Amino acid sequence: MLNTELNIAAPDDFYEALVALHRDLTPEQSSLVNARLILLLANHVGDATVLRQAMAKAREGIGPAGQDATLRTTA
Amino acid sequence: MDGSLAERVDYQALVLPYARSPDQDAPRPVRHPVVIVGAGPVGLAAAIDLAQQGIRVVLLDEDDRLSTGSRAICFAKRTLEIFDRLGCGGRMVGQGITWNRGKVFFREEPVYSFDLLPEAGHRRPAFINLQQYYVEGFLLERARALPLIDLRWKNRVTGLQPQGDGVLLEIETPEGGYRLQADWLVAADGTRSPVRRAMGLESKGQTFRDRFLIADVRMDAPFPAERWFWFDPPFHPNHSVLLHQQPDGVWRIDFQLGWDADPVAERQPERVIPRVRALLGPKVRFDLEWVSVYTFSCLRMERFRHGRVLFAGDSAHGVSPFGARGANGGVQDAENLAWKLALVVQGQAPASLLDSYDAERVQAADENILNSTRSTDFITPKNEASRAFRDAALGLARDCAFARRLVNSGRLSLPSTYRDSPLNTLDAEAFDGPMQPGAPAADAPVRAGGEEGWFLAQIEHGGFTLLCFGEAAPEDLPGIGGSPLRPLLVVPAGAAPGKAAGLPVIEDAGGLLALRYDARPGTTYLLRPDQHVAARWRRFDPALVHAALARATGQG
Repeated sequence: MLNTELNIAAPDDFYEALVALHRDLTPEQSSLVNARLILLLANHVGDATVLRQAMAKAREGIGPAGQDATLRTTA
Repeated sequence: MDGSLAERVDYQALVLPYARSPDQDAPRPVRHPVVIVGAGPVGLAAAIDLAQQGIRVVLLDEDDRLSTGSRAICFAKRTLEIFDRLGCGGRMVGQGITWNRGKVFFREEPVYSFDLLPEAGHRRPAFINLQQYYVEGFLLERARALPLIDLRWKNRVTGLQPQGDGVLLEIETPEGGYRLQADWLVAADGTRSPVRRAMGLESKGQTFRDRFLIADVRMDAPFPAERWFWFDPPFHPNHSVLLHQQPDGVWRIDFQLGWDADPVAERQPERVIPRVRALLGPKVRFDLEWVSVYTFSCLRMERFRHGRVLFAGDSAHGVSPFGARGANGGVQDAENLAWKLALVVQGQAPASLLDSYDAERVQAADENILNSTRSTDFITPKNEASRAFRDAALGLARDCAFARRLVNSGRLSLPSTYRDSPLNTLDAEAFDGPMQPGAPAADAPVRAGGEEGWFLAQIEHGGFTLLCFGEAAPEDLPGIGGSPLRPLLVVPAGAAPGKAAGLPVIEDAGGLLALRYDARPGTTYLLRPDQHVAARWRRFDPALVHAALARATGQG
């Protein structure tokens, strides 16, 4: 079960460190750092149910407004 | 057939002559039990399998040549085991390049390598690489040795009418048209399947916006027989490259080009040669053997059985090449279909048995499509976020073990376990290991008739096998034999069989068979003609065996 109650001892310290992690990076670099961070944390959590709940929570309220590079097709 | 002294044949140059069939002069359409459309690997495998089981087959092909260019080059262990049963596995392995290992590079660094067959005690390797024209050539030579197969080149299906008890086919030849009546039609006629079109059916899915260049080159090169895959290498920045050895000093190089590449211009030697040169360096001499620019789709027909018409291989489903799941999946379709169709044609099973072909191979196609789509999503990221995760996984892979398992340059073809098949009898007792009902039977070294051999070679007879582990045959085991069931006693290494009563006996030479099948004395397996497990028990009970056999032949 995904814990959405406060679980970090010093939340302001954490938030500051998270923002500092991206200092002086281009958007591409930032996006890579975020991706690595997500993979590391996801592997640490491990629990598939928790990961799916976290993914669903992260996506909540965000509807698709872009387009992927694949085509529905028939042949 | 498995000799190495055979004359070297240039299978790409082979012209297969059209010959007039007496059917073309018949006053009415001649009726045949099975007609197969398409003499590629899938159609040939199906024809051989059916003929080996005593079924007459007409095999039609619109062309008079085998595969042009190398095309499919990776043939998986399970497919080689099927070729063994079809009488040409030894030739394939003898000619092919055996490999088990893959390496993945990110930019300049190796990040990950894998061994696809980490355990010993299997006759066949994880993979061989062999040009499709060799595979077709060897299958063709095997098919020509079987008088029940009537091969007709330059016979193009132009129309068909499904009927209650068969299909009426319109066929065009260099000498004009004729008609044939087929009790059963197997459409192994490829991605653009004329049979599928003639029936107004579709194969649906998704196409990926990316283009790839295949450059097969002939060269003397110091690379090992491994599958090498680069993400974003310095010699081909921002894209992927695959390098893989084939027989005759030919190497497959597959360059990702991106969606904006011009497919016509990229095929020109003046564009291809510098790309190859960038990979090999200035000193290696090479010749271009075959060049092709392709895109791909993951597609599947909703159903593979439409009455008397059965779709197999690319006509039924399509995948990306990363994972070698196209030709391998197709040959496995053919093997799944052949024994069922043989039993139906011989009146030993109801036509509804063929619905299990649909159920089992649709599930297998979905498994192949799932794996292929996942590989494609990794190799060709769909958007900026998936590109970032891809690069993140590759960047972490060197230091972090978990990230290596996320790197996906193709999850290579493995046979499907038909877990939910209607032909399975569910376990009533506890078993460990992967040999559950629906699983493809694992190989192991055995001794048969005093000679070293392989387990799978003992169950190549085209019928069901009842495998009994123990030092002595159960008393009523001999009585259970007969078409289509053949008992086989497995004794421990060195044990003389007690009361085998004339039954075939094999010795579990290294104890691996009992280990792989989680067997104890008394353990009994019912294996299907395609070497998949139908049922298993801890002791032999004729009533249970008969019930399981009925179920596995669509009569349960």
